[in-house]
Amino acid sequence: MTTLVVIILYLCLLLGLGFFSNRLFRGTSKDYFVASHSIGPFLLLMSVFGTTMTAFALVGSTGKSFERGIGTYGLMASISGLVHAGIFFLVGIRLWAFGKKHGYITQIQFFRSRFESDGLGYLLFPILVLLVVPYLLIGIIGAGKTIEPVTAGAFTEIFTNPSAPQWLGGIPPWLTGLVVSLVVLTYVFMGGSRGAAYANTFQTIVFMVMGLVAFVYIINGLGGLEQAGRVPARINDKGVVVQDYQFDRKAGELQKNEPPKPIGKVLSSENSNLTNKQPHLSRTPVLIEFKKKNPKTGEISAFERELGIPFITFISYFFIPLSVGMFPHLFQHWLTAKSAKAFRLTVIAHPLCIMVVWVPCVLVGAWASGVLPPGIPPPAVLSAMLKLLVGDPILTGLLTAGVLAAIMSSLDSQFLCLGTMFTNDIVVHRAGTKKYSDKQVILIARVFIVVIVALTYALAMFAKDANVFDLAIWCFSGFSALFPVVFAALYWKRATKQGAVASVLSALLSWLYFFHLSGYGGEMVVGPGIIPAAICFMVATIAMIGVSLITKPPSEETLKKFFPGSEKL
Amino acid sequence: MRKSSYPLGQKVIVVLFFVLFLIHQDFWWWDDATLVFGFLPVGLAFHALFSIACALLGWAAIKFAWPKKLEIFAEETNEGGEKR
Repeated sequence: MTTLVVIILYLCLLLGLGFFSNRLFRGTSKDYFVASHSIGPFLLLMSVFGTTMTAFALVGSTGKSFERGIGTYGLMASISGLVHAGIFFLVGIRLWAFGKKHGYITQIQFFRSRFESDGLGYLLFPILVLLVVPYLLIGIIGAGKTIEPVTAGAFTEIFTNPSAPQWLGGIPPWLTGLVVSLVVLTYVFMGGSRGAAYANTFQTIVFMVMGLVAFVYIINGLGGLEQAGRVPARINDKGVVVQDYQFDRKAGELQKNEPPKPIGKVLSSENSNLTNKQPHLSRTPVLIEFKKKNPKTGEISAFERELGIPFITFISYFFIPLSVGMFPHLFQHWLTAKSAKAFRLTVIAHPLCIMVVWVPCVLVGAWASGVLPPGIPPPAVLSAMLKLLVGDPILTGLLTAGVLAAIMSSLDSQFLCLGTMFTNDIVVHRAGTKKYSDKQVILIARVFIVVIVALTYALAMFAKDANVFDLAIWCFSGFSALFPVVFAALYWKRATKQGAVASVLSALLSWLYFFHLSGYGGEMVVGPGIIPAAICFMVATIAMIGVSLITKPPSEETLKKFFPGSEKL
Repeated sequence: MRKSSYPLGQKVIVVLFFVLFLIHQDFWWWDDATLVFGFLPVGLAFHALFSIACALLGWAAIKFAWPKKLEIFAEETNEGGEKR
């Protein structure tokens, strides 16, 4: 109960911040959508980083490391540090410059102008919405999965149908999702992009600090750093996966299992000598059969899981972080920057911020393999570790608030960007800028945001058991496949309207094809381990180049607008 | 002096980007679970260092390949266009 009170207090604090940012709101649509281009370096870093790190970063990375081991960091985090920073430098600053110069607020305005095509905007709008929605879903699903375990036992007579028996009385995911959606909706509704930037900054600081505090407490719970390194599940000389330790709740300390507790057996591996290996600490793939108990029926069943990362998969994950170049919510954050110099801190510090958040999460996921049952849902691993190892309810509440902060700092930007796009790219674009007053424009955006929050919440209830990490990868794959469009728009004079349309359609069709094959959101690789994002990206690139070369080049006027002067910008 | 070194700076940054991309594929640690400082698997320690290298590359890009002309272009008086 105390944990829940702490979480509620945090949410109230956030609402207070929403009221505060509403007082700073200048009342214009430009201020609502892009904070009047007034955001400085620190706020830009915090809002960009907070937006890119969501449930995926904290809950998803810990869960994925629990499933596949420490390779999760190289797979997503370190490559993102390289690629994200490169995109902020090459794409972000350039888009900001054109946005500031020509008054663009959304990506679609830029593309319509660069490719001299109204139709491209109408084609892109539903696709961008389609791809942002899974990103929103992972936030709401992740929040639900986090709160239920840590509030277990609080309301045993009210919430009698938990996701797992040990979480009886915990706040159910539907209620958490509802509350989180309403809180985010409130401060975005009131403060627009300025409100989102302040809330993001506050929440990013909260989740980074709380993440580190949680890490320290988990280390203490495991008996220190060196002891924690010995905890992950181990393969014995008979090929059986065992847990050498268990956490004794009464004694509040880690105790050795005598004999080690068997939890699975090796089915196959490229490595012939696995004796005493801790497969979560290296990356060679090992196929293991685990057993899990159905929480409701008590029935035991077997399931297979591949630990480690196939090398080809690892390489092809390079394409995933390209997605940030096409995130509409990130575009909007870039546009809030006061000057190009505001990007400098983000370019340098973003990889370091990723490291500070991801290294502890990945370690905790690997350590969890030695103390948690293998059948636990991956998104619940982080909160289960907190519940197991950090006994203090106030601290657990603060740490959970940190997880919620990471989730909400992405949700706000995504809700806002959808409202911005609908208002500017559809309503105002069709009606003309003179039809609506500034206040009416803001009202339209706010109404659309309310509608999209309601729809997203309903969808999240349908997809409540989706794997947060895998769903995020599908969302990123779609945006990565669209990356050739933005890169060509900025750096290739010969890129044409037809090329852009062909590229967008190829990206969409190839993505839909693989998404369908995956069973709508499951983990999937093609051939020797290539991820679909790599193939979709290639298809979209070929379409962009091929079709552009056989169609009429853009007009001189457009080229002058986007490639001015004889010297390169 | 600065003008002549500017394109070279860009080229060096691009080369360093690809060098980092290649280093990222650290197949030589793939099966190694050695713990650095007793708790950090070597594969993870290497990639944490890699993140620091990315930050240094970002610093170098700002120092030696900053798009100054783009900055001036953006700050000039607006030419119009689609606005709200």
